[in-house]
Amino acid sequence: MADIRNNFVGIKSPNPFWLASAPPTDKAYNVERAFRAGWGGVVWKTLGEQGPPVVNVNGPRYGAIWGADRRLLGLNNIELITDRDLYTNLREMKEVKKNWPDRAIIASIMVPCEESAWKAILPLVEETEVDGIELNFGCPHGMSERGMGSAVGQVPEYIEMVVRWCKQYTRMPVITKLTPNITDIRHPARAAKRGGTDAVSLINTISSIVSVDLDSFSPNPSVGGKGSHGGYCGPAVKPIALNMVAEIARDPETFGLPISGIGGVTTWRDAAEFLALGAGNVQVCTAAMTYGFKIVQEMISGLSDWMDAKGHQTLDDITGRAVRNVTDWQYLNLNYIAKAHIDQDACIKCGRCHIACEDTSHQAITSMVDGVRHFEVKEEDCVGCNLCVNVCPVENCITMDALEPGDLDQRTGKIVDPNYANWTTHPNNPMARQAAE
Amino acid sequence: MARLGSGIEAGRLSPEEYASNFSDLHPRLDRHEALVAADRCYFCYDAPCMAACPTAIDIPLFIRQISTGNPLGSAKTIFDQNILGGMCARVCPTETLCEDVCVRNTAEDRPVEIGRLQRYATDIAMDAGRQFYARKPESGKTIAVVGAGPAGLAAAHRLALHGHSVTILEAREKPGGLNEYGIATYKAVDEFAQREVDYVTAIGGITFDYGKALGRDFSLSDLTGQYNAVFLGMGLAGVNGLGIEGENLLGVDDAVDFIAALRQTPDKGKIPIGRRVTVIGGGMTAIDAAIQAKLLGAEEVTICYRRGKASMNASAYEQDLATANGVIIRHWLAPKSVIERDGAVAGLEVAYTALGDDGRLVMTGETGMLATDQIFKAIGQSFSASGLGALQFERGKIVVDATGHTSIENVWAGGDCTGIGEDLTVAAVAQGRDAAESINRMFAAGARPATAVA
Repeated sequence: MADIRNNFVGIKSPNPFWLASAPPTDKAYNVERAFRAGWGGVVWKTLGEQGPPVVNVNGPRYGAIWGADRRLLGLNNIELITDRDLYTNLREMKEVKKNWPDRAIIASIMVPCEESAWKAILPLVEETEVDGIELNFGCPHGMSERGMGSAVGQVPEYIEMVVRWCKQYTRMPVITKLTPNITDIRHPARAAKRGGTDAVSLINTISSIVSVDLDSFSPNPSVGGKGSHGGYCGPAVKPIALNMVAEIARDPETFGLPISGIGGVTTWRDAAEFLALGAGNVQVCTAAMTYGFKIVQEMISGLSDWMDAKGHQTLDDITGRAVRNVTDWQYLNLNYIAKAHIDQDACIKCGRCHIACEDTSHQAITSMVDGVRHFEVKEEDCVGCNLCVNVCPVENCITMDALEPGDLDQRTGKIVDPNYANWTTHPNNPMARQAAE
Repeated sequence: MARLGSGIEAGRLSPEEYASNFSDLHPRLDRHEALVAADRCYFCYDAPCMAACPTAIDIPLFIRQISTGNPLGSAKTIFDQNILGGMCARVCPTETLCEDVCVRNTAEDRPVEIGRLQRYATDIAMDAGRQFYARKPESGKTIAVVGAGPAGLAAAHRLALHGHSVTILEAREKPGGLNEYGIATYKAVDEFAQREVDYVTAIGGITFDYGKALGRDFSLSDLTGQYNAVFLGMGLAGVNGLGIEGENLLGVDDAVDFIAALRQTPDKGKIPIGRRVTVIGGGMTAIDAAIQAKLLGAEEVTICYRRGKASMNASAYEQDLATANGVIIRHWLAPKSVIERDGAVAGLEVAYTALGDDGRLVMTGETGMLATDQIFKAIGQSFSASGLGALQFERGKIVVDATGHTSIENVWAGGDCTGIGEDLTVAAVAQGRDAAESINRMFAAGARPATAVA
């Protein structure tokens, strides 16, 4: 039986599934329900500075895009940080931590970018005896207009400065939450590391307009006929998050920096992929907001059963396992040649592979053979692009089969070279380096 | 209540039971159901469903239009090919046409619900009174259409669209043909056939002349003399007989008359039905009669078919629908004689049949007896008309070429009265439409086309 206990920068939890700082973690009632359901930890919804709490809009806060049968694929929100009194939150955090000592509770914090503001709040949080803090440098909406959230996360110098203050004024582990609304995620991650952060968490939500009401011409969610960009999350953002996690995991400057992976984690598979790309654990929000807290039970059993099946004992056996396989395009092997192959027994003859290839790619799939509807790859035209695989509605009907060294590539008329060769040494590359003698 | 009274009685059920039994067989999908059903369509290239549709509706396109929230655009895609798409959505044996070849069958043995999606879109457009077509300027050409059934209506609409003036001569008092008189009640509720006629003829340029029967009130040569072209779409008016003793007894009726009476009688409690009913035949008419006999409160309804299940013209789906409604289907039984008691039907003597060594049907020599109060004959319809002059026939049906042109100059035909295509509403629509295009081409060319028969 796999051991899925998690130790993230010294913060222990029975599993690697934390709820992200968001509406599901706004108060004791929700958090205790989450713990009862089995969540390993929560990042409490972001605390602001003392004084009158922020206010939220009183109209819709969420918008969404859907797939078939209204399956929620992407969620957009314009909710701000907690709109409850700071001391109410602190009191509840302390109480819940006392009641659930084996679970992780992290305080998410967002206060103005001034040393005094951070210095003031940190002792108050420390007093609750929660396990650590997460610096919210991510939210792209509302708070960013006031110089907080992503407004900080988009300026590496500010990140470094604030992290440094936090490390100075608290003994608690510091997790720096990054915004994806930036060109190169490595820069804020490096800044956080320079500031002394114990870990980074990412991604926060992506600036987005989720849809436009074509009757009122208002963006959604529409607050009295007007809309504002929100933060986008849910399954649709996972690929963006995976790439950013991998970029940090493989960057020499941040190599080894613990990462809490966030962004569209919906199933155990998503979680395992984040772990493989270098995350030490994952944070979840949209999936819980869509289906309720019970989903963690599927995540726990799925991850554990997969680890058992593959012989992985602990999370350390998985974390970062795929990082070594993430490389730059220029290092991909140009002598690796694959051709699509259609399993005629599995083919349902919808013709989508044909029309995708015929209209938009390389005219390498038939539609008719000897007067009969028949879809078959013309190897001499197939460049191995994989589009047909992606548009085929039947799993494993079309596969990409690699040619063996020595095989003839019917498209180029050349024999497949067994040697690895990439763009850096390719004759067409004006910058090509001379291969070593 | 005479629920179990023997003989042929009306009012076997409560008003609520009649209402429930004759309600819509498949109610229209609601918006969400339609979106879910539409999402299952793979938008196939060169889609097999489209090839299987006699009217060649662009099915992937109309389903995609539903899925993107454009049911009116979807309806137009359907009506472009089939102006009676609303009725076809209700009565097409989709399980043997478009849905039979849906690629989803291969993957999961459950096709996209094309028929129900077609109804969703066409109902929305028709309920909104949305007309998609405007007549071209008056051409001055006149066409007589004989029969206001699916073929005649489709031809009339397309001819009117091209600016021609159409007069439809209809023997009955109402338009619609089999859509009005020959479809099971639960397949076309709420006067749908009449609403559809109104929708189709709203294009203008179409007038009806009811109570005018070919051979009785006019002849084909009358029409060719008066009109620039003639389209014959009078269907099959004759009903095949059993040719057995007792066939004319009280209680032996034609299934088509029973089905027509059901459609024309709003209060189903007024329709008498036997306690034990036997339907002879194996096609759609037999199924429609048998199910409706059951729905009227017959305790026992048996279909007798003289061959095996595989030979039945009714689709497997229709057979299942019958058995699900409590109808018993018995194969390899041929009617031998109707047994009389007190001047009425008391039973049906049947002869057991089998396939002989030469593949022909033979009597085994064994016989049996079915106690029955009422017998419906549903062993096929036949062409029955006169006044057609020299029009050429083959196997009792009008000879036409691929465009519907007959052996007589300026005379076209389509639907069940011709020898092409299956006897289906959708095939009749396709033939009416194509004949109209052929007629229009003739007008455009100002020349007469070659005749089908030399």
